[in-house]
Amino acid sequence: MVDFLFNHPVGVTLLTVAKALALLVPLLVAVAMMTLAERKIMAAIQLRRGPNVVGPFGLLQPFADAIKMIMKETIIPTGANRVLFLMAPMLTFALAMIAWAVIPVNDGWAIADINVGILYLFAISSMGVYGIIIAGWASNSKYPFMGALRSAAQMVSYEVSMGFVIVTVLLCVGSLNLNAIVKAQETIWFVIPLFPMAIIFFISTLAETNRSPFDLPEGESEIVAGFFVEYSSMSFALFFLGEYANMFLMAAMTTILFLGGWLPPFGIEPFTWIPGPVWFVLKICFIMFVFVWVRATFPRYRYDQLMRLGWKVFLPFSLFYLVLVAGVLLAMGWLPKAV
Amino acid sequence: MAFLDRTARSLLLSELVGGMALTLKYFFKKKVTINYPYERQALSPRFRGEHALRRYPNGEERCIACKLCEAVCPAQAITIEAEAREDGSRRTTRYDIDMTKCIYCGLCEEACPVDAIVEGPNLEFATETREELLYDKARLLENGDRWEPALAKRLEQDAPYR
Repeated sequence: MVDFLFNHPVGVTLLTVAKALALLVPLLVAVAMMTLAERKIMAAIQLRRGPNVVGPFGLLQPFADAIKMIMKETIIPTGANRVLFLMAPMLTFALAMIAWAVIPVNDGWAIADINVGILYLFAISSMGVYGIIIAGWASNSKYPFMGALRSAAQMVSYEVSMGFVIVTVLLCVGSLNLNAIVKAQETIWFVIPLFPMAIIFFISTLAETNRSPFDLPEGESEIVAGFFVEYSSMSFALFFLGEYANMFLMAAMTTILFLGGWLPPFGIEPFTWIPGPVWFVLKICFIMFVFVWVRATFPRYRYDQLMRLGWKVFLPFSLFYLVLVAGVLLAMGWLPKAV
Repeated sequence: MAFLDRTARSLLLSELVGGMALTLKYFFKKKVTINYPYERQALSPRFRGEHALRRYPNGEERCIACKLCEAVCPAQAITIEAEAREDGSRRTTRYDIDMTKCIYCGLCEEACPVDAIVEGPNLEFATETREELLYDKARLLENGDRWEPALAKRLEQDAPYR
């Protein structure tokens, strides 16, 4: 049996599918619950109660929403490019899902433990913008197109400084493997020595996932709903799921790069009793909470302010810090041995 | 110095952190929402809700068909027709209120010399059709019978200020 699962091609495929399901099903449930958690947290901050009618504490609200979405008619505008219009949400959703292949939930618990994990993640998360651009273009109407343009410009502004942040972490690790990145944080989580970079990374992930205060592609108050103005029913739901799964992905990425992945804090006694995946999930939950917290606190950035922040603040700052970290590592002889 | 101060503030994100601290404080505060169908706020005795026509304790209707309410109604929602009854007293044969016209100003209640037409505490009289909101005399009297204890109490509470 074990031999079949690990060596026979059919067995390996079955095992991989099982692994993928074991990861994606909880992920999708988490995404559904996140929509509720977001509404609840926002409500609490605004002294409201939030959804509390469907099920205990409103826990069944996401499922009620899902059923409503499925029941609705899918409207495709006459002027839209049908193929691309329907492909865009699927692309967004699929990209948000496949990125999870390399995320290690515990030591070695990744579906694909590849050597260039972080590069793969970076590539996939950059592709996310294609879903938005295609949606905006294929809708063939004004607001979605503006949303798409904004999204493209926003992505370009943030990807570069995000890259520098990742390079800084890689300098300290000496490997592109996500497992190795987490293991390198056994002595100290990178959030402590690289605190400013962690902040820049987090702010960039906000921009990357189109979360407020950088939700310009959606920009409810100025361009209605941005790139998904024309979407309805399941295609809208797919966008929604993809967007939230992307948030989870970015939270996982922040956790792996800066918060020590599955490692318990400080590696001391009472914390080490709790298994790694629990820590990983807890850290992701914390980051997701901060995502919503930020959304409930700050107003949307103006367009030029966002570009200024990306190009004139984050880029020089992260570049400076990268050089600084490299210099310190070299001067103190702390360079990782793998290099 | 001012430049240094400003730069330090923006680099340390002090305003952003301050804002987030404030929202976190609110996160733990008590919620102000009233869970409406299960929890309700207290209503003032002056609350102007659904109308009702009251009766005297002996069952005789109070309304004497003076038509002051009809005259004062700014929305002209009230229609009254009156005739002398067999015993010679003036009574309404028709007393209609169009609840869709009514602006709930309470002038009818103020104009009434015998406290016959009053606005009660009931605010949940939504209907499925428009026709159901065209109240006639029977409906208003029935309202009066149903809400009489509350109506009498409200009038008594508000009497010193009238």
